[in-house]
Amino acid sequence: MIHVENLAKNFTLHNQGGAVIPVIAGAGFEVAPGECVALTGESGAGKSTVMRILYGNYLAQGGAVRIGGLDITRAEPREILALRRETLGYVSQFLRVVPRVPTIEVVAEPLLALGQREDVALARARDLLTRLRIPERLWALSPTTFSGGEQQRVNIARGFAHRYPALLLDEPTASLDATNRETVLSLIEEAKAGGAAIVGIFHDLEARARVADREIDVAAFTPGLS
Amino acid sequence: MTPLLEVQALTKGYGGRIGCSDVSFTLYPGEVLGIVGESGSGKSTLLNCLAGHLAPDAGRVIFDTRADGPRDVLAMSEPERRMLGRTDWAFVHQNPRDGLRMRISAGGNVGERLMAVGARHYGDIRAQAVDWLGRVEISDSRIDDRPSAFSGGMQQRLQIARNLVTGPRLVFMDEPTGGLDVSVQARLLDLIRGLVRRMGLSAIVVTHDLAVVRLLADRLMVMKDGRVIETGLTDQVLDDPQAAYTQLLVSSVLQV
Repeated sequence: MIHVENLAKNFTLHNQGGAVIPVIAGAGFEVAPGECVALTGESGAGKSTVMRILYGNYLAQGGAVRIGGLDITRAEPREILALRRETLGYVSQFLRVVPRVPTIEVVAEPLLALGQREDVALARARDLLTRLRIPERLWALSPTTFSGGEQQRVNIARGFAHRYPALLLDEPTASLDATNRETVLSLIEEAKAGGAAIVGIFHDLEARARVADREIDVAAFTPGLS
Repeated sequence: MTPLLEVQALTKGYGGRIGCSDVSFTLYPGEVLGIVGESGSGKSTLLNCLAGHLAPDAGRVIFDTRADGPRDVLAMSEPERRMLGRTDWAFVHQNPRDGLRMRISAGGNVGERLMAVGARHYGDIRAQAVDWLGRVEISDSRIDDRPSAFSGGMQQRLQIARNLVTGPRLVFMDEPTGGLDVSVQARLLDLIRGLVRRMGLSAIVVTHDLAVVRLLADRLMVMKDGRVIETGLTDQVLDDPQAAYTQLLVSSVLQV
């Protein structure tokens, strides 16, 4: 489902004398449907950079990333947008939403964007918010004023609303208590059982051991480290 | 899919100075394109050339018209272009005073657009005006008030209602949230996003506010000195800018 081939990424800092910083070189791996792969490596090794390239958020300077048949490194913006709508989900560490939009709509939005009926989308959103223990009295409020942990859970609910065939998870269990962590892990297991190909970053070692089928150390792709 | 708008090598100069130079892009139905750049970068010149308010020196603007399919807007007769401006297109000005008639009522401002495309039944026009004022969150008790009695945010929402009542397919917006308080901006952004999604609108939004484009635009075009220096997915251009100027622009934003 996810094929990464000989990926390379540099940052060119034009406003700092044009310094070129190579951050990824020769990265390659595959993730099959129903499989969860954990990216490991110390902070700064490039785990998040790899995830962002997979999502089309960072440009690659070389190589290919094929997800659901589309090479993201060469795709048009509208092709990437369609892929993100239908195929590729991403749970980032931080929630970024339009102020004033109620939590329930933030969670239902990915389904509405796919053209799902409003009642179906809202039912799914209610189900996820309940499972993630966001109190119902908060559903009509914008999540911008929520605590960090609550925002994280809204973000997860939104990320799991549509059953994406490919899913990127950036520290999905960070800043969660034991009960909510358990819920998130079972959501990940359900997604795997449903055939999703998952790439994740988990600093939580127990969580990683439980959901990940394989580990990939990104240090192998970091120029100067390997 | 047929592009809704295809712009080819559009160029406009003012005497010896460059307004915009050699701008090309394609916009598909349902897409929102953001154009950013500092004052004088040519983004408003470009928008006004696209919308037919300024005559470009060279280039083509091909729009997929409802009636006849793709046609070069610049080769149309003036009446044809005006009709397009009233039906398939809408233009939201930064200053609501440029897009509203300040001496007629709020309801009249919305109704006038409908009459311009042939609506004649008073009851229907009034009902549509009430419906649209509701969609932009203006109470129907204000329908007979003049826009001059409205706050800046309300005037801007009224301008949006006036523009969208005829069901356009392409909306041009010039700094739609400029000059508004942040709380009013957030409400307006939320409103515009909802309308774009529900009506399947395409839009071209010119702004210097990067936070506005991050929330509204699917794709981004960065302009400097009249030229397009970078394009791409909005989040990609903002998070991994490639051009020196874009890197400077993104790193200059104050964090709150």
